Amino acid sequence: MALQSLDITRRSATTTPSPGQRRTMEVAKLIDVTKCIGCKACQVACMEWNDLRDDVGINHGVLDNPTDLTENSWTVMRYAEVELEPGKLEWLIRKDGCMHCANPGCLKACPAPGAVVQYSNGIVDFHEENCIGCGYCITGCPFNIPRLSQKDSKVYKCTLCSDRVAAGLEPACVKTCPTGAIVFGSKEAMLHHAEERIADLKSRGFAKAGIYDPKGVDGTHVIYVLHHADKPEIYSGLPKDPSIGAMVELWKGATKPLASLALGAVAAGAFIHYVTKGPNEVSEEIEKEFEE
Amino acid sequence: MTNHWVDIKNANVIVVMGGNAAEAHPCGFKWVTEAKAHNHATLLVVDPRFTRSASVADYYAPIRTGTDIAFLGGVINYLLSHDKIQHEYVKAYTNATFIVNEGYKFDEGLFSGYDEPGRKYDKSTWSYEIGADGFAAVDETMQHPRCVLQLLKQHYSRYTPEAVSNICGTPKDAFLKVCETIATTSAPNRALTFMYALGWTQHSVGSQMIRTAAMVQLLLGNMGVAGGGMNALRGHSNIQGLTDLGLLSDLLPGYLTLPRENETDYQAYVDKRTQKPVRPGQMSYWQNYPKFHVSLMKSWYGDTATRDNNWCFDWLPKLDKVYDVLQVFELMFHGKLNGYVCQGFNPLAAFPNRAKLSKAMSQLKYLVVIDPLATETSCFWENHGEFNDVDPATIQTEVIRLPSTCFAEENGSLTNSGRWLQWHYKGAEPPGEAKPDVDIIAGIFLKLRELYKKEGGAFPDALMNLTWNYRIPHAPSPEELAMEYNGKALADLTDPKDPTKVVLKKGQQLDGFAQLKDDGTTSSGCWIYSGAWTEKGNMMARRDNSDPSGLGNTLNWAFAWPANRRVLYNRASCDPSGKPWDPKRTLVYWDGAKWTGPDVPDFKADSPPSEGMNPFIMQAEGVGRLFALDKMAEGPFPEHYEPFETPIDTNPLHPKVISNPAARVFKGDLEAFGKGKEYPYAGTTYRLTEHFHFWTKHTKLSSIMQPEQFVEIGEELAKEKGIKAGDRIKVWSHRGFIKAVAVVTKRIRPLTVNGQTVHHVGIPFHWGFKGVAKSGYLANTLTPFVGDANTQTPEFKSFLVNIEKV
Repeated sequence: MALQSLDITRRSATTTPSPGQRRTMEVAKLIDVTKCIGCKACQVACMEWNDLRDDVGINHGVLDNPTDLTENSWTVMRYAEVELEPGKLEWLIRKDGCMHCANPGCLKACPAPGAVVQYSNGIVDFHEENCIGCGYCITGCPFNIPRLSQKDSKVYKCTLCSDRVAAGLEPACVKTCPTGAIVFGSKEAMLHHAEERIADLKSRGFAKAGIYDPKGVDGTHVIYVLHHADKPEIYSGLPKDPSIGAMVELWKGATKPLASLALGAVAAGAFIHYVTKGPNEVSEEIEKEFEE
Repeated sequence: MTNHWVDIKNANVIVVMGGNAAEAHPCGFKWVTEAKAHNHATLLVVDPRFTRSASVADYYAPIRTGTDIAFLGGVINYLLSHDKIQHEYVKAYTNATFIVNEGYKFDEGLFSGYDEPGRKYDKSTWSYEIGADGFAAVDETMQHPRCVLQLLKQHYSRYTPEAVSNICGTPKDAFLKVCETIATTSAPNRALTFMYALGWTQHSVGSQMIRTAAMVQLLLGNMGVAGGGMNALRGHSNIQGLTDLGLLSDLLPGYLTLPRENETDYQAYVDKRTQKPVRPGQMSYWQNYPKFHVSLMKSWYGDTATRDNNWCFDWLPKLDKVYDVLQVFELMFHGKLNGYVCQGFNPLAAFPNRAKLSKAMSQLKYLVVIDPLATETSCFWENHGEFNDVDPATIQTEVIRLPSTCFAEENGSLTNSGRWLQWHYKGAEPPGEAKPDVDIIAGIFLKLRELYKKEGGAFPDALMNLTWNYRIPHAPSPEELAMEYNGKALADLTDPKDPTKVVLKKGQQLDGFAQLKDDGTTSSGCWIYSGAWTEKGNMMARRDNSDPSGLGNTLNWAFAWPANRRVLYNRASCDPSGKPWDPKRTLVYWDGAKWTGPDVPDFKADSPPSEGMNPFIMQAEGVGRLFALDKMAEGPFPEHYEPFETPIDTNPLHPKVISNPAARVFKGDLEAFGKGKEYPYAGTTYRLTEHFHFWTKHTKLSSIMQPEQFVEIGEELAKEKGIKAGDRIKVWSHRGFIKAVAVVTKRIRPLTVNGQTVHHVGIPFHWGFKGVAKSGYLANTLTPFVGDANTQTPEFKSFLVNIEKV
């Protein structure tokens, strides 16, 4: 449960208009990578608040653990040892998780009505009860965030603690961060705070310090302060110019009415195909098409 | 900490060395980020590894483990040779001007008075020259060849940047960069703070490492000022409380000391500790020792303690030696100790040389473990394959486990690194039969007393006469104990200036230790905690965070010992005339009639600057000691000695004296030290932020975050040994082996030391054979059984290992 239905501005696979009576303040979580010490308190707080427990795993030869996002780990720290100049080591530690895009690829790609919603404050939330487990949101996400559970075939990701935010609280990770590397507020205030941080970083010799709020997805509601904003990819593969895949845009954008028709035709064809030749082959073709 | 956590935000330069605050103290580390964000502070990190602290530092310099005295000695040399000291401070507030005994010498790694067979010093020459007036002689011009400043210059002239680089493996330019940044704080309006922890204490020369940094701070004029100081980051939430309350084996509460076996005369015992001033007009606060001591004995023995029986002095144990943990296990190992009560302590995991500890515990008749968790120590007799390969059939020790509560299951106070006593309240009921430690100890005490009453026994007096006036005798409450350590008036107390005025009535709580008496009319269980629970109530429970100065001196938040003072030696934040060196950092000042300000003055409140009383009031000379007199085991100036296991098998400064000549080494352990040929790599153990000691491997969330034991090695060493990240490797020392997953990293680089390449092997220590994380080997299987010469803290940070792919 999250914000109220009257805060929803967009809903996956829905043609009826969204409620428009109330606008809430646009929010953002700012992750200042330059202040992060990689303590993983945010990972713990996330599991505690959301009552999730990942498995006790093994060590894979790195400090990262769990080593990737899972249906139970909605945020993980990613550690990168980088030498931009020989001998000048930097240990770049980035908290990874949902970016809450203004133009969310997951929502666009989702064929299940109301499984992905966007609130007027900018939070992108999954309503798992509507999720059909198709995994298209994973394809649609330019940041590789949603994870499909083997247990219930539903997809999970960070909610930006929409339940806490609805009650006027900051997300759990923000609450717990000991160094103030994660802060939360209006997007405007966060951008202002980021500017102050960047000025400080520039005075310390990080000439390319900057904000990560990528335009390709119309900006995000989780933004980063980076020492090297010109090279986001050195932060464990943060995409330089993320955008929603062309096929998702085409499929779910201008050609959507056509696509719906086509999908219906394909489904009909698939049914005939299934009856005559057996399962799966056609749907694989569709998936392949999406991935391209 | 001489200062406190919040005060770190006032620093201009922060040096994290001998610790890794971001890793081990992430919450306290927020004050570093505050200093950087709002004070434009520079963060320097000096460490063998590029740590989590280094990841947010402005500058990182590598150093070989165990060589911090060489590094900091080099800093002293830099400051002196570049004239980057705060002259007025050094002259007025340190013993730089004092003249040292003619007999004092330092030659080839040894100070005067060395007794080689005894591995100790006759320290009589480590003293001041006494003038005709009976006071220590000084030379205000500091030109006398035997004045401390000149001896200091001479001693550290050997610590050139080249020598430092050769010993520490720190590139010369990196060392000089650190020196330059540190030196900027010799300006009176700039302050530097040192944040250190077990990376300094856990060496055979640990105390001297800390002392060297303290000397740097004295030369820079950074002691006693906001944003300065020597700040020890304590490793447990209440370990400061442990030392304050005297749980070390040679201490009594409040840093009073137990008598030695030759101290059987009460008067001689207190006279020795009642330090008289060695310079005119100085306070020498330890002159009050008898007041603290008598009040302690009144607290323990009530009416039984009288002047006629020397306040029950005869009942105090008289030490033949210090019974630190290493000594106790040495005795146990040799079958000279039959029973051991182990409270809140997991020595099998937490102390060095597991094989020796395990053998020692196998000699016991009984072992009592009081702990909330099923610790490795309480299961030392169980076979857990390679993790704990013992044969239970051969171990006859009876183990009794008494489950205790966890801190969140009881009321009480925790003393943090900044000396704040903060009261907390029970958050949950204890599970099952778990009882608070106090109740368990009370139960044992009452039972013992009952047995003594019934059956008699040797020397019952100390036990039978102990005051035990608790409402529920088998469950003394934390509130009652807190009121007891604060102390109370045992008779009406009158104003010393007006004897007709009663300040406190008999039975009332004391306002603070200034009211303590040596005539038996006051009691206090721990004099430095006096003021924590007064007639006004529980001062530790205060939660007003108003901060009028903006410097973080929240005097109405909790209670800080001593006397609610937040920055120790704060008189030194003013010049001799009583004006703050830096008005923006005003802690106290002389207002013409008294000392006042946003902090509680660490000084005689009505002593005008013209009287010339000096700021370091606990010292007999009133000044900070660059020359430590006879207070340290291995010398009045810190000298670089190699770890007992050194990868270079020599000491480049003096090859004949390699390691600490005054450290205690037990017979048999000397032979168990490895040599560089067989064990070429410098091993060091440490904590991870995901875990706390050996506790959190019992909790699922922490275990998810860091599930399995690993060892960190550099890419170069990994390549040499054919090891890839994720491979299992074996690490062994002269004392045993562990196996773990290899983490291969750029954060550990080979260093060039004395012409050879030295690789570090980093060994996080959190795993064991109990808990919900993956079972692992106790890292202290590897570590050597030798401690610091002053504190006997084991040398966990520097030893030798070898490695191979499994």
